[in-house]
Amino acid sequence: MSILRSKRLHVFPSQFRSLLPGLLFVSPWLLAFVLWTVYPTAASLYYSLTRYDLIQPPVFVGLKNYIEIFTNDPHFGRAVYNTLYYVGFSTPLGIISAFLLASLLNTRVVGRSVFRAIFFFPSIVPAVVTAMVWQFLLNVQYGAINSVLRGLGLPAIPFISSPQLAKPSLILIHMWAQGSAMVIFLAALQDVPRALYDAAQVDGANALQRFRHVTVPLCTPVILFNLVMSFIEGFQNFTLPWLLTQGGPNQATEFYTVFLYRNAFIYLRMGKASALAWILFVIIVAFTVVLFKSSARWVYYGGESE
Amino acid sequence: MTVKASSVPAVQVLRKSRRLPKLGVFEWVVEIIKYLVLIALAFSFMLPLYWMASSALKDDSQVFTVPPVWIPRPALWNNFWDAWGIYDFNLYALNTVAQYAVPSTLGAVFSSAIVAYGFARLRWPGRDTLFSICIATMMVPFQVTMVPLFITFKHLGWINTYLPLIVPAYFGSPYLIFLLRQFFKTIPEELSDAARIDGCSEFGIFLRIILPLSRPALAVVALFNFLWAWNDYLGPLIYLHQVEQYTLALGIEALRRTMTTTGIAKLAYPHLMAVSTIVTVPILIVFFLAQRTFIEGISLTGLKG
Repeated sequence: MSILRSKRLHVFPSQFRSLLPGLLFVSPWLLAFVLWTVYPTAASLYYSLTRYDLIQPPVFVGLKNYIEIFTNDPHFGRAVYNTLYYVGFSTPLGIISAFLLASLLNTRVVGRSVFRAIFFFPSIVPAVVTAMVWQFLLNVQYGAINSVLRGLGLPAIPFISSPQLAKPSLILIHMWAQGSAMVIFLAALQDVPRALYDAAQVDGANALQRFRHVTVPLCTPVILFNLVMSFIEGFQNFTLPWLLTQGGPNQATEFYTVFLYRNAFIYLRMGKASALAWILFVIIVAFTVVLFKSSARWVYYGGESE
Repeated sequence: MTVKASSVPAVQVLRKSRRLPKLGVFEWVVEIIKYLVLIALAFSFMLPLYWMASSALKDDSQVFTVPPVWIPRPALWNNFWDAWGIYDFNLYALNTVAQYAVPSTLGAVFSSAIVAYGFARLRWPGRDTLFSICIATMMVPFQVTMVPLFITFKHLGWINTYLPLIVPAYFGSPYLIFLLRQFFKTIPEELSDAARIDGCSEFGIFLRIILPLSRPALAVVALFNFLWAWNDYLGPLIYLHQVEQYTLALGIEALRRTMTTTGIAKLAYPHLMAVSTIVTVPILIVFFLAQRTFIEGISLTGLKG
């Protein structure tokens, strides 16, 4: 490291010489960053302080939108609760099931690539198709699952038509489409150096201990990656609840982004929707920071620091 | 092989050389349970898609039967043709591919490759900071920028056009930039150095050396982007409001809407499942043709930079 660092100091002039080409190469992204990230984020802060219905010009109303959201909108609390419930269950369940599935496939399995393909494929099925198929499968009257139950003489389960079961049903669908996390885990598992397992076995560790003390620690960077991705995806969950349940029944699947979409594009309350977007932004940043700060304690980055 | 060996690749290699050792009873039981679990899981993962395809072939009486009909008899192959014709799905397919997926993929791949080159192959002050910012923008949810961008595009008169879905792609996508950078970094620096000595410009190196060597990575990135466009729902939902502009995703939703608002229409579910099947099959075909590309691309995602 120290050699590298001193070398870097010596090539300083050439680094500056390549500053211009470097900036030129990344200029599309720099523009994108300003146009599609910085500007909209700043603009939504401004719009969040206005009343704006797209027809009349925006009217500055100060913090009124925020005050209304926090003190006078029962739907907001509901949406936050639903979203935290969804993220809180779907993330750990999805990560654990994907990791276990990957571990199972990482053992000596005949036809591993066939199983991997089957487990992966649902994650690339269009979300609209997923919604249509599961709506049909889970329907209380003529869904396949309930037909099977009824055929067996069991009572039907109102999966997506009951407020209690709607969120768990969506979590179930999420777990069905966990394929990419599973593939990432499998790649990480295959990268674990075999010598470490040998050493652990020589030291008398059984299969479970090797899993707990070799496999899991070495996969923590990938676990962190999948956690972050799953968190963000969970907060952004829109297509399935919107198409399957339209936020219902009894607002059980009125997730944050469904609520936001409704305010922006159904009620045309652009000001309030911007305020909601900013609150979501702050929540996601806070979650991500906490996750990364905590990661120093549990993520293992090999022998040398990078 | 023993169970221990199966969970420990290193030992597995050692054992392999010794030819199949005898399995104990316990190991046999574990092996059998493992395969039973895997096969049961594989079935439950495939079941929804099988249900979709088989329901597409049913008539109403078979859809609502208890217990469910798994193999439709008679199979109404005409359902596919009929359902496709309820709306102008040919047009929606053309829209999805020619107006959205292809233009956005071309733009996203080329711009992301240029940007990734700047982040991966050149050393300049501030590069790593900018790259971290680029990665961080992946975490800004679409919903945060959705409202102001909609307002901007409305002022530009871009509503009811594909421009809001395509133009941003021409500025590179952070996720694709990240993937391509990971790949570009693996190309030996000597190749670039040799070209530089021969007087090749940086852009020339990018075009003539890095791009041709990165075909597999470019394929991954193009595939991913195409798939997003094919599957995208929220983007078209926000920007495209005229029936003749619909993408396949919007078309499927429209089909469902008309079939349930007037009570359940005749053959509503078979038709819905038929269109859903037709929209899924191209993905299935591409996935099987390019399975390795897919899996490697996804695996590359999880590598730390």
